[in-house]
Amino acid sequence: MAEIVAMPKLGFDMAEGTLVRWVIAEGGEVAKGAVLAEIETDKATVEVESSAGGILYRQLVAEGTAVPVGTPIAVIAAPGEEVKDLPETGTEGGAAAPVAAVEEKKAPDEKTATAESAGQKAEAPEVPAAQPAQVAPEGGVLRASPLARRIAQENNLNLNQVTGTGPSGRITRKDVEKALQGAPAAAPVKPAAAAAIQPATSWAPGAPVPADERQPIEKLRSIIGRRMVESKQQVPHFYITSAYDVAPLMELRKQINLQLPEESKLSVNDFVVKAAALTLRQFPNINASLTDKEIVRHGHVNIGVAVALDSGLMTVVCKDADQKPLRTISREVLEMAVRARAGKVRPDDIEGSTFSISNLGMFEVEHFVAIINPPEAAILAVGSAQNVPVVIDGEVKVGMRMKATLSADHRITDGAEAARFMQTLAGFIENPLRLML
Amino acid sequence: MARITMREAISQALWEEMERDPKVFIMGEEVGLWGGTYAVTKGFYDHFGADRVRDTPIAEAAIIGGAIGAALTGLRPVAELMTINFAFSAFDHIVNQAAKMHMMFGGQMVLPLVIRAVGGGGRQLGATHSQTPDAIFAHFPGLKVVAPGTPADAKGLLKAAIRSQDPILFIEHATLYQTRGEVPEGDYIVPIGKSTVARPGKDVTIVTYSKMLEISLKASETLAKEGIEAEVVDLRSLRPLDMDPVIESFKKTNRAVVVEEGWKSFGIGSEIAARIYEEAFDYVDAPVKRVAQTEVPLPYNHTLEQMMLPKVEDVISAVKEVL
Repeated sequence: MAEIVAMPKLGFDMAEGTLVRWVIAEGGEVAKGAVLAEIETDKATVEVESSAGGILYRQLVAEGTAVPVGTPIAVIAAPGEEVKDLPETGTEGGAAAPVAAVEEKKAPDEKTATAESAGQKAEAPEVPAAQPAQVAPEGGVLRASPLARRIAQENNLNLNQVTGTGPSGRITRKDVEKALQGAPAAAPVKPAAAAAIQPATSWAPGAPVPADERQPIEKLRSIIGRRMVESKQQVPHFYITSAYDVAPLMELRKQINLQLPEESKLSVNDFVVKAAALTLRQFPNINASLTDKEIVRHGHVNIGVAVALDSGLMTVVCKDADQKPLRTISREVLEMAVRARAGKVRPDDIEGSTFSISNLGMFEVEHFVAIINPPEAAILAVGSAQNVPVVIDGEVKVGMRMKATLSADHRITDGAEAARFMQTLAGFIENPLRLML
Repeated sequence: MARITMREAISQALWEEMERDPKVFIMGEEVGLWGGTYAVTKGFYDHFGADRVRDTPIAEAAIIGGAIGAALTGLRPVAELMTINFAFSAFDHIVNQAAKMHMMFGGQMVLPLVIRAVGGGGRQLGATHSQTPDAIFAHFPGLKVVAPGTPADAKGLLKAAIRSQDPILFIEHATLYQTRGEVPEGDYIVPIGKSTVARPGKDVTIVTYSKMLEISLKASETLAKEGIEAEVVDLRSLRPLDMDPVIESFKKTNRAVVVEEGWKSFGIGSEIAARIYEEAFDYVDAPVKRVAQTEVPLPYNHTLEQMMLPKVEDVISAVKEVL
């Protein structure tokens, strides 16, 4: 029995997907669960797995074609099976593929074709050319030695945040060890030194300067751009900033991490995810999305965590974060982030978020505001935990504070509710033992 | 322990083995009356006689073919090739006969044959007489290839070779004969197929053998003055190739430079680098660097010849590149 594989829906708001590349050729054998093709959604390039085993009887969509969710893209048949009544795709690109395939099969008979028939052939729809430029939103290769990769993995260190000082910026053991010691790896000093010292003395009218560089906008970049413009233009954002006393949280984290193996140490963000999830459980109107007609208050609390990639950013989703223990949250987010950076993200990793968190704490930022990830109602932007002067009982003392800013959609919620959300969040972040209960 | 030259060490090994076992004999061009082109067998003819120190015509195929026959019939020939470049004239006998017979005929015969061959460049002998084709011979299973870098190893490995039941190509470097080193007297044996750490270090592994051991050790001394401690591994045998000390060292240093005198393409360095990647990939912190001879037929002109051969400075700069 032939099986139809359709364009999968990978998120509330995914309307269409682009078939970037066929992994299996027509006539090729496929096992159930094997990767058939790569598709690109608004968020990422993901792999489509075959829902049945057999032969890839027909590709219904040509590479580079966008089709709506649910559109048949492939037919899997038993070996030797003839499939009649092939589904149609209803899109130009999709329809073109089978026709073009037929043309191709005829080709041997047309070796003696005259100029006339060649002219006719030219009218046949053309197969959209494969577009390799779209295949990989993974961006540049992360240069790191195998040893550096292994040490980083053993120590749960994100290599994207390590500066490589080897040839071509390769990250080597030395850089990883420095990063693990907490000292930022010594970046090549030349450019900075040159920029700081040279201009005043060496500038002269007409001196050569580097030419402008024109960078084609990569797919992920353009998706981020489109979605952010959409959000900033259409969603009436408002912002609430709070400073949280994170001294107890930092201390608790230190104590916990002393007990944990290197690869499963908890990050500050893991605590924030858990705290936000528990808070959202009490604020269904913020754990919500807006459609044309209604506000959907989600039953699940699924936290999207923004992950920086070389080529942009991606949000990985920790499902039911309010139900999960901290260590599970930590492990899941880490695994998904690793896959995202490797360009191996799974559909399940990026779909279904009901609220997002963007944390730039590792970059020593006091605080920042984030743009809402539509159709969600809000996003939390988290800064660094910093030692700051605080007034306690009329005296200035050193305290540890972390600022967070909620960006919320005014069509769904209002200032008072959002402020109460931030207060409730404080209750969890400042009493971190509650996250363990 | 006596400090003697490699020439004396090789001579000693031959002499002792001929005294020990009457089945051992020498054959080759000018080995008898003349005492050897490199004077290794000086005095042998007078002491052991013409039957055991046999001068041959200038016909390498005949030398090796004859030696194979002698070995098959129970003798222990040590055949000398004036230079390894002449081994090409005997190539079929070496790789297609000697290397195959034991296994091809189900182990019915053994082939206790040693081929001593002088290799390497640097003596202005011209392109056809200065090659280092070690890798070619190391390619063939069934043929052991040994190339000592010190007088002690030369003595110990040659004695082990003469006592071995297998065909062995024993490569002596033309410019090492005058090199002096401490050599144990009497029955000193170095097992074939064992690499050794010639100099301990912690920062980078230099893998080398034969003449390039000398170059690598000199480079290491200079590097040590700059605070870089290179560990030098001497392969000693190319087949069987003992990678254990190399891998062990590499897991410590995570960086390696392979130094060989032959050409780089398809060479010893390629083999060592490939094995490091296969066996210690997760320890690699920098690409393995190969130092080798410039890929041209070696010039006769002294200055040009020296420019083409790997030098101490080449090793130093390669080490700095991988650090």
